[in-house]
Amino acid sequence: MIINKPARIAGVAVIAATALAGCGSASNTGSGSSSGAIAGSGSSQASNATAQASGSADCFTGSLRAAGSTAQQNAITQAISAYQAKCPGAKISYNGTGSGAGITSFTSKQIDFAGSDSALSPDKGEPAKAKQACTSDAWDLPMVTGPIAVVYNLKGVGKLTLTPKLIAKIFSGKITAWNDPAIAAANKGAKLPSTKISVFFRSDSSGTTDNFTNYMHTTDGADWPAAHGKSWTGKVGQGKAKSAGVSAAVKSTDGAIGYDEWSYAVQNTLQMAQIDSGSGPVALSAESAAEGVSSAKVVGTGKDLSLKIDYATKSPGAYPLILVTYEIVCSKYAQPKTGQDVRSFLSYMASPEFQATLPKIGSAPLPAGIQSKVATTIKAVS
Amino acid sequence: MVGRAGEPVGLGPDRRAAARGRRGDRLFHGAAATAGVLVVLIVVLITVFLVVHAVPALLHDQANFLTSRSWDVSVPMSFGILQLLWTTVATSVLALAIALPFSVGIALFLTHYAPPWLSRPAAVLIDLLAAVPSIVYGLWGAYIVAPKFAPIQDGIQHLLGWIPLFGGVSAISGGTTMLLVGIVLAIMVLPIMTAINREVLAKAPAAQQEAALAIGATKWEMVRTAVLPYGRAGIISGAMLGLGRALGETIAVMFILSALPQGSAWTWSLFNGGETFASKIASDAAELTPGLGTGAYIAAGLVLFLLTFVVNAVARLIIDGKKDFSE
Repeated sequence: MIINKPARIAGVAVIAATALAGCGSASNTGSGSSSGAIAGSGSSQASNATAQASGSADCFTGSLRAAGSTAQQNAITQAISAYQAKCPGAKISYNGTGSGAGITSFTSKQIDFAGSDSALSPDKGEPAKAKQACTSDAWDLPMVTGPIAVVYNLKGVGKLTLTPKLIAKIFSGKITAWNDPAIAAANKGAKLPSTKISVFFRSDSSGTTDNFTNYMHTTDGADWPAAHGKSWTGKVGQGKAKSAGVSAAVKSTDGAIGYDEWSYAVQNTLQMAQIDSGSGPVALSAESAAEGVSSAKVVGTGKDLSLKIDYATKSPGAYPLILVTYEIVCSKYAQPKTGQDVRSFLSYMASPEFQATLPKIGSAPLPAGIQSKVATTIKAVS
Repeated sequence: MVGRAGEPVGLGPDRRAAARGRRGDRLFHGAAATAGVLVVLIVVLITVFLVVHAVPALLHDQANFLTSRSWDVSVPMSFGILQLLWTTVATSVLALAIALPFSVGIALFLTHYAPPWLSRPAAVLIDLLAAVPSIVYGLWGAYIVAPKFAPIQDGIQHLLGWIPLFGGVSAISGGTTMLLVGIVLAIMVLPIMTAINREVLAKAPAAQQEAALAIGATKWEMVRTAVLPYGRAGIISGAMLGLGRALGETIAVMFILSALPQGSAWTWSLFNGGETFASKIASDAAELTPGLGTGAYIAAGLVLFLLTFVVNAVARLIIDGKKDFSE
């Protein structure tokens, strides 16, 4: 019954070893099982993909690690499961740690590429840091576009049109009742009740909030003077946790208005406002969102494809309120094998065949013009 | 005496046994000391970690960290904890104020009033409450209780609106207020407080209780004079454990409570929304900007850490002061 010292030390060592082994195996099984589950749920699509896509992607064997934005998590997990169904030897992991953390992991070489809600920002010195980590330029590749829906709940009003000015005025608290003459002017013929407008925003910091506040700041700086930010910069409203919280609050409150990723608006069967930027009301759909992305300008230099979305676009049929997420890659990887693997996976993700499946999960496909540019740039990754 | 001559022979095994005993002693002493030192070390390391990350952010803070209500961590940073501190303390104290009488009542009932066939299953049921994950409380509170609670809240506001704590707040709809959070937190801390109170009250000396009854005390008088004073220290330490849990509760608060926009008007009302230290950190954790931005949240975490520390220290003081009463 008496334990001597060496035995105790040995015991500690054994426990430590088990604990470490436990960590390793836990994380392995974790990623394995999650991708397995998704592969299971999307198996029909995956098998379709296998049937059609014999030539588009060359498979690789090995593993890739990526992390970052949660906004594109659904899309990229979908891409991973479809790709892995075709290429059983490939193991790709994506960790939704948030854009900021993803870029930090990328610049500290912990991951092979990062997902982000925004392109590398020169203000924060990110391109320089990424260049240092890659020992080559880092490129921003637009990959998944997520439209943001302006969702509302108003008894008896099945169709609502808002102009950018109205959106900024409602979300800044300058218009407080639904029967305000300004709203009525944009919705001729609709019977607007005198219900009080309840504004809901995301209380957690998110790229959706960043883009939405940026939209209002850009289109109507007079009514929305506050700078954009991942946390709500407005002065009115109630904050709800995550997209799910905003959706639930809008759904249960008469007179509510909020903003949500498209997929949440669809899943919760929320009513979405049409946006009239000057050439007629545009409802949110995969086509109108893609149209909105096509009016974006490429502002990246060289092969970098960071986009500047034209929030005030007057192009007919374009839904302007969109969020573009990027994959951030090295232009030349230290290990050529990694470059090859990244190229292979991202080519698949940018392919029209995969992009066409995106509307099912609430993202919009890249418009053809940008998609071909992205494909060209990916080919240059080495 | 007898064995003096045979000492080398007789004492041999004894000495070995004694040596063995000493070794066991040493081992146990070592293990206990290690555990003790380790805990202290972990607390010290956590403090050091918090301070190291918080100080640079605090140095860049343009606002007064203690008195500002704004929270802006993009450069130039201006953040303060006043709103967080108020929300955290108000909801937790409210939870404690609700849970304390209930837990003492339940514990008294189970130990002194309920028949044995009822008291044991009831105790198990209450312990089960502690096994419910806090996310479940959060979703239940936010999606099921809150809408039903809204009219009750309006009623309270109507009747007691003249008290600042119950003043009307029109900005928060659907019952997702600090009052509801306080009530849900009370349910969450109830099991641990009840369990402790039950243990303490069950151990009240039977002789004194019988003596009280013998001199003609009613049951309630007996409880008041012979049971409650005995359990006072235990009840207080149970309450402080509960308060500690309420202060640090994260996910339930995050789901239930409506956050406020920057620069909203100050009000003492419990019908307001807000964020606690823990819920604020949790809701922004996914998108923290590394470096100074994270430091601001760590500084808030440091305050929560100190707050819990102070609560426990005060509890110790109270318990030490009441000790003479209990024995």
